[in-house]
Amino acid sequence: MTQQLILYPLLLQLLLSILLMFFWYRINAQRIISILGSILHLGLTIYVFSFIWNNGIQTLQAGSWEAPFGITFVADSLSITLVLLTAIAGLAVSIFSASSMIPDRLKFGYFPIFHFLLLGLNGAFLTGDIFNLYVWFEIIIISSFVLITLGGEKAQLEGAVKYFTLNFLASMIFLTAIAVLYGLTGSLNMADLAIKVAEVENRALVQITAVLFLIGFGIKAAVFPLYFWLPASYHTPPSAVSAIFGGLLTKVGVYALIRVFSLIFVGDAFLDEMLIVIAILTLFSGGVGALIQNNIKKVFSYLIICHIGYMILGLGMFTEVAIAGTIFYLIHDIIVKTNLFMVSGLIYRIKGSSSMRALGGFYSDYPKLSLLIFIPLFSLVGIPPLSGFWPKISLITASFNTESYWGLAAIIFASFITLVVIAKLWAEVFWKNPGEIRERFKFDYFHKMGKYRKLGFVAPIVFLSFVSLYIGFGAENIQILSSRVAQELMDNQLYIDAVFNNAQNPE
Amino acid sequence: MKTLILKTASIYLLPVLLVFSVFILLRGHYLPGGGFVGGLIAAIAFVLHAFANGLSESKNLLKIHPGFLMPLGLALAFLSGVAPVIVDDPFMTGLWFPDPFPVIGNVGSALFFDIGVYLVVVGVTLTIIFTISESA
Repeated sequence: MTQQLILYPLLLQLLLSILLMFFWYRINAQRIISILGSILHLGLTIYVFSFIWNNGIQTLQAGSWEAPFGITFVADSLSITLVLLTAIAGLAVSIFSASSMIPDRLKFGYFPIFHFLLLGLNGAFLTGDIFNLYVWFEIIIISSFVLITLGGEKAQLEGAVKYFTLNFLASMIFLTAIAVLYGLTGSLNMADLAIKVAEVENRALVQITAVLFLIGFGIKAAVFPLYFWLPASYHTPPSAVSAIFGGLLTKVGVYALIRVFSLIFVGDAFLDEMLIVIAILTLFSGGVGALIQNNIKKVFSYLIICHIGYMILGLGMFTEVAIAGTIFYLIHDIIVKTNLFMVSGLIYRIKGSSSMRALGGFYSDYPKLSLLIFIPLFSLVGIPPLSGFWPKISLITASFNTESYWGLAAIIFASFITLVVIAKLWAEVFWKNPGEIRERFKFDYFHKMGKYRKLGFVAPIVFLSFVSLYIGFGAENIQILSSRVAQELMDNQLYIDAVFNNAQNPE
Repeated sequence: MKTLILKTASIYLLPVLLVFSVFILLRGHYLPGGGFVGGLIAAIAFVLHAFANGLSESKNLLKIHPGFLMPLGLALAFLSGVAPVIVDDPFMTGLWFPDPFPVIGNVGSALFFDIGVYLVVVGVTLTIIFTISESA
């Protein structure tokens, strides 16, 4: 049974979605199933994680069709780390949704779709087949279309159209790239592709295919210059949805980039150069975009773009230290960004506004909550010893080693901008005397809620803040983890061996 | 739409189309056909019935809300995928009965997966079409 362990997180999510569909109109039952299921999922994922930590890369040939003909599922350290982070963020957002989503939205199947989204994420992280990756991407974007339009407010639909168009385009380009790659090599299994692409003589065609992948995943990961759909759409849905989008959806794009450029298209100086240039521009444009925003959620949206730049930069430099920095940043970023969007939802419920100019005096009204919110905000900035600080050391070291001083400048610039943005946000929202916000009639204010609903708002933020604190104070452990991931990624032979050895002598 | 010809025809067409959809579903393993196409044909049968006799008549005929077929079909497909895991084969491995059954032929877990797909397709199609014709 242990051989199939890696599929269990995936199957559990599928089971949860199906179960939730049976309780379509009974929203209380849905809340309970979703939260309990997410807790179970987290426990299971921790178990699988420790199994892979001790036993190395695990693979599974679905349907007993041997690689490279069947669909392979591969769980290396990177995949399983991301599955674990998905489980953590999923649990937090599940609790947050149970108390923050209005019943009208829940009645239209919010929870089943939410778990389908998590299923898609798990699948995308675990699959070892590039076409299967495309299928998981489709599951993710179809679920996210439903989540982003659910409720059908005008602003939401407007955001959804932009989101839909760009993501659809990305899928199409991705599919085209797969077609070209299949034409070149005749294979879809990623490990098999890694062997065959290296043997292709027409390097120009390989480069073009790689650029197609870069564009397709780049749109999803929101890198420069293809990011504009993100700030246009992420602030429109309810905060719980923004949290899972902001925390995980763009990161799937980053994951796909890391996977494809560390396994299939390796050691191409032109591509690495291109990644570095894109990363620098992303860091710059995202940071500058965040400076001029007034809506809290839009500020965070631009910061997502900005910080994607760090990860792409590490990938572009492609040394072990740089990749370790990228992975560490990825771990830190998923937790913090999910948390921050939930924080923005909490602030909105308390004050009835998301505008920084109008807000104020949060610290004098809610000192304890403010201290809590301080943790994710300043983890994001990376004030030592909070979690954002450590990956930047690796990235800066790596850019010294590879002598990419523009990258170094961009890292420092983006950190500085983030500091300015967050300091401004802190001063405006927490310290400034409050402006006039009209008391809204019929608004679901935080202070009017019952005890349990309040808990449902605060508990996930506390949970993720603790995870952030652990990442900051237990940085040593995370560094060990990211170094191990980096080692596995730098040596793609490990991945290839894991897929094929297992296929030759199945247990 | 109340025409006598269509109404009379639909009474006979409904069972014929349903049987045909099951036929398409069953032949799908080696020949063109399968759960998806079969499901669409079954959905067409009910849509035709709804055209001739009105939406409420078809809903009475169906007894259950078509949306309920979605989780049911998904659950069936899920179980057929998980069944091999219980006997320690990888997920989605085809399990087959050793001897062919009369009329149906060989029966394996792939058939149940296809039936799941069939139910989901009927459920989704009918939910969409019924919702649209209700709001129109």
